[in-house]
Amino acid sequence: MTDEKKLCLSGSGLTKVFGFGHQKTVAVDHVDFNFYEGEIVSIVGESGSGKTTLAKMLLGLLSPTEGEVYFQGQKRDISTHRKKQEYWKNIQAIFQDPFSSYNMFNKIDSVLLDCIHMRGGRRLPRAKKVELMAEACSFVNLKFEELTNKYPFELSGGQMQRLMIARIFLLKPKILLADEPTSMIDACSRATILGMLLKLVFETGMTLIFITHDLGLAYYVSDSICIMEHGKIVESGSPDEVILHPKEAYTKRLINDVPKIHAEWDLTTV
Amino acid sequence: MANVMLEVRELTTKYITRFREDVYAVDHVSLKVEEGKSLGIAGESGCGKSTLALSLMGYYFPPLHYTSGEIIIDGRNISGMDPDEIRKSVLGTEISYIPQSAMNALNPTQKIIHFIEDVIHAHEEYTPPTDIHKLARESFEALGLSADVLQKYPVELSGGMKQRTVIAISAILFPKVLIADEPSSALDVTSQKMVIKMLKYMMEQKLIKSMIFITHELPLLYNVTDDIMVMYAGQIVEKGTAKETVFDPLHPYAKGLMGSIIVPESGLRDVELAAIPGVPPNLKNPPCGCRFAERCKYARPECEAFSVPLRDAGGGRAYRCILSEDELRKAYAREARKNDR
Repeated sequence: MTDEKKLCLSGSGLTKVFGFGHQKTVAVDHVDFNFYEGEIVSIVGESGSGKTTLAKMLLGLLSPTEGEVYFQGQKRDISTHRKKQEYWKNIQAIFQDPFSSYNMFNKIDSVLLDCIHMRGGRRLPRAKKVELMAEACSFVNLKFEELTNKYPFELSGGQMQRLMIARIFLLKPKILLADEPTSMIDACSRATILGMLLKLVFETGMTLIFITHDLGLAYYVSDSICIMEHGKIVESGSPDEVILHPKEAYTKRLINDVPKIHAEWDLTTV
Repeated sequence: MANVMLEVRELTTKYITRFREDVYAVDHVSLKVEEGKSLGIAGESGCGKSTLALSLMGYYFPPLHYTSGEIIIDGRNISGMDPDEIRKSVLGTEISYIPQSAMNALNPTQKIIHFIEDVIHAHEEYTPPTDIHKLARESFEALGLSADVLQKYPVELSGGMKQRTVIAISAILFPKVLIADEPSSALDVTSQKMVIKMLKYMMEQKLIKSMIFITHELPLLYNVTDDIMVMYAGQIVEKGTAKETVFDPLHPYAKGLMGSIIVPESGLRDVELAAIPGVPPNLKNPPCGCRFAERCKYARPECEAFSVPLRDAGGGRAYRCILSEDELRKAYAREARKNDR
């Protein structure tokens, strides 16, 4: 089976160091990974374990201090802005905070129009564009007619996050990087958002890199899980291996710290 | 029969908006917390959890207004009292509150000891500083925090530490009721566990006599509290012990909430997450019938016509649905069978 899987994104010795001298912080420390096409990978860790820094490096927002990122087996080239934009057609992201993900001076239709333009739909007739936008909105249970002429801040957090998924629906990237997409949303709407995200991923067959601190969530969505501690991937494997039979002490501690409903929550080990 | 620490009867509070519209965010809520017990309040955002917490303190400031109902703390009725009087004689000693963003509740330019001085001076103006320091040191050490924290500035502390400091300060005058409004939502799992451990320790040592814990995370609530109350659109829809509410919910909304629990335990991956479609009603003009009818799978035509009272199901349980207990259970069993197929 492994032969059939096509390598999508991989990295070797990826390192990011902030500061220098005695103030040096190694945020991501020689990380190697292989993400395959159509796979859902979770990266789990506590705050400060370098999850977001790794995500930013994968997106090309931060340049790594050391190491390389390979996209579909080729060395990634983002030396110029144009090449970066070309790269971003293949990789897109949903961030944690929906409130700060939008330019608040742009109306919602222009947010969605930008996505269509980015996919090369600049010359399409206006009616076709509206149809595409309406389709994207209905995919996430929003009504496009109600959204036109509105600004992003007029929506609720859950609606904004759903609009973010609508953007991804229009862009159809090869890789979607979701950085804690549900952490600012309450437990009830979380199921809705998660359902939409997974539906989108299954329909388009994109690779989903899911960054979260919630082990339960990672266990639920992913095909494989990487546990990060202090910038290193300490354990990785299938969800059943990692969550139900953890090997590393750190993973065991993390799982122990999550409140559960069927097993006793041990409060003595803090 | 244990002492009843907090009793609320038919409490109704409202927000008055800029356009003079009334929004009843807490609508005829009754609850009872006994000594040594903790009550959890669950519900999605905007259902009135935090407003209920604010209303329970009896400390109203616009746009929040008191309408009717009674709040009785240990036999003393505090509803309708003057806010200034409440601040002096109720807050801190009788009832204490940990806000949602406790991490930002500390003034960055003051040392931690200053906040404790503030709390104590609000109640007794002429407490000598040595007494305050002694009390502060003792209570911090009892809770497992270092006494060095007292001389530090908030910026020197980590998020989890700040949260625990705020909890320690809120319990410094041994309140009868402690209201914790999402005390751990901004923390990672390890700090969250420390905060919960501290709250439980305070309950065990009788530093606080009872607790109300508000959060939308049900696994957490299940592990922390004795009883759980589920709120929807300003009303209580389900009340019962933690075990009953999580494993055997009666109200369809509570059932939906329990279906959205995600925990890292075996068997979770086979379950399909149950999302509740739709959005909560606008409280400016709530539906006259059942407020959940619009989103309810089991709704009947009569649901939207009549308002539903809170029905007693025996043993301290109550639910707000037009269907009887048996009918609800049958409906759930049918649904489960359908999903199996």
